[in-house]
Amino acid sequence: MNIELINICKTFQAELVLKDVSGSFDVHSIAVIGPSGGGKSTLLRIIGGLLTPDSGTLKMDGEIITFSKKYLHSYRRNIGFVFQSRGLFEHLTAMENMLLPLVHAFGMAKSQAIEISSKLFERFGLSDEKNKYPFQLSGGQQQRIAIARAVAVKPKLLLLDEPTSALDPEYTAEVLNMLGELQNDGLKTIIVTHEMGFAKNACEKVVFLANKQIVESGDSSQIFKHPQTAELQLFLNKILEWKV
Amino acid sequence: MKQTVNKEPSLVNKAASAFIVAVVMIGFLWFSVTSIGLELDFSTLSQYRQRLWEGFLMTVIISLASLIVSLIIGSLTAIGQNARILAISYFCRAYVQIIRGTPLLVQIYFFYYIIGTAWGIDNRYVAGVVILSIFEGAYISEIIRGGLASIDHQQYEVAKSIGLTPAKTLQLVTFPILMARILPALTGQFASIIKDSSLLSVIAVIELTQTVQEISADNFRMFENYFFVGVLYFILTFSVSMLSRVLERRYNHEYRVNQYL
Ligand SMILES: Nc1ncnc2c1ncn2[C@@H]1O[C@H](COP(=O)(O)OP(=O)(O)OP(=O)(O)O)[C@@H](O)[C@H]1O
Ligand SMILES: [Mg+2]
Repeated sequence: MNIELINICKTFQAELVLKDVSGSFDVHSIAVIGPSGGGKSTLLRIIGGLLTPDSGTLKMDGEIITFSKKYLHSYRRNIGFVFQSRGLFEHLTAMENMLLPLVHAFGMAKSQAIEISSKLFERFGLSDEKNKYPFQLSGGQQQRIAIARAVAVKPKLLLLDEPTSALDPEYTAEVLNMLGELQNDGLKTIIVTHEMGFAKNACEKVVFLANKQIVESGDSSQIFKHPQTAELQLFLNKILEWKV
Repeated sequence: MKQTVNKEPSLVNKAASAFIVAVVMIGFLWFSVTSIGLELDFSTLSQYRQRLWEGFLMTVIISLASLIVSLIIGSLTAIGQNARILAISYFCRAYVQIIRGTPLLVQIYFFYYIIGTAWGIDNRYVAGVVILSIFEGAYISEIIRGGLASIDHQQYEVAKSIGLTPAKTLQLVTFPILMARILPALTGQFASIIKDSSLLSVIAVIELTQTVQEISADNFRMFENYFFVGVLYFILTFSVSMLSRVLERRYNHEYRVNQYL
């Protein structure tokens, strides 16, 4: 799958957040890294059709994404999105959370939806959590269920916005393992993350977003070893300073 | 290891406590009544059975009708308070502020004798329901507005991301979450409607309170009459709070779960 960004701009209340962001990426697994407030979430939400850019063009496999209501509605169903936290419906059990998109957005029969959901719960060791509400689940379990819900509909692309940044290290590992497994199955993903280990080892490409633009991008095997720009070097030094 | 277990109070404890409370309350009442040398005699009330029953029914009908109309008014103005069109927003806010800031009695006189007469609404029952609904609608509006504001914005973001239409989001996300949050306040408001409907007696709507006033002018047994009517109101409001518990169980997910923990 190919994603092309052409001069994407976004302003929030007179504050420029993305400035002429451009680039073309063959997505298998991309990690988006960068300093806080750099516009990573904003860019991801634009790609996910949750936010409309002020100007610029977004293309997916050559097709222009028009940000009209009707188009977006069907577009979003084909893109999975996982939030940093609180991504489950608070009034529904884990199972009901899984069923909702399948039944109400995709019009699937309930019995079939239950079958698909049960398989996913089983695969990711979540069967005991099926009937619990979000407030009864650990952060890691919530995130894994949110990911399971997003992949249940077989999306063309899965977007994740810092899915582990609200979690303890132990839970982080359990979520990243699940993701790695899904990526190995061929799921296309773009993940905004502060987990450099995951970006380096589990993602093919890395995009470094800072100062409202894509400053550097490339293969993950190269970019950490040989960062080209001064900004990325500085960023990596800062981040790796406290590494064990 | 120490384990804390949330134990239910024992049955004996419950029964004994209920008994003590009942004795104190009845004792206090009985003492007060006897110390002023009052002898209560409820037997004269039975001859007014029919009228009391009709008044009771009228109170129920007026309350139910007002509940429905005030829910409609409350929902519309709750949404209207945050409308983008400023005139609508101002109108809804002014409505809520003014109605909540003035006594119902004043509103009844004002709406019935001035607005009602000017606009030719002369059916006092219709007028009564409308006035009561306008009054309660302002409170319901605030309940709903507060409930809507308390819903985490991210829930809508999630709904959007899984491809729910706005209509489905309202039906499957907003409504159930809102209901779980505001149902207790809403049923409390319904109990208020029942009690507040007694004030409609001032425009001679023959509901329970008006009926008892008429009976009192006839049998001069004020204490018994009002005591009895108080019990009738309590039966109504108590039923509402019982019903509310059932509904809460249906909507409140946290409660639903804790039942089985
Ligand atoms: N809805 C919004 N309204 C106003 N400003 C916003 C909004 N969303 C984001 N911003 C601003 O846009 C800028 C970029 O935000 P964004 O969330 O995209 O950054 P980020 O790279 O994801 O940061 P972080 O790593 O902290 O999540 C920030 O300065 C933020 O204050
Ligand atoms: Mg972010």
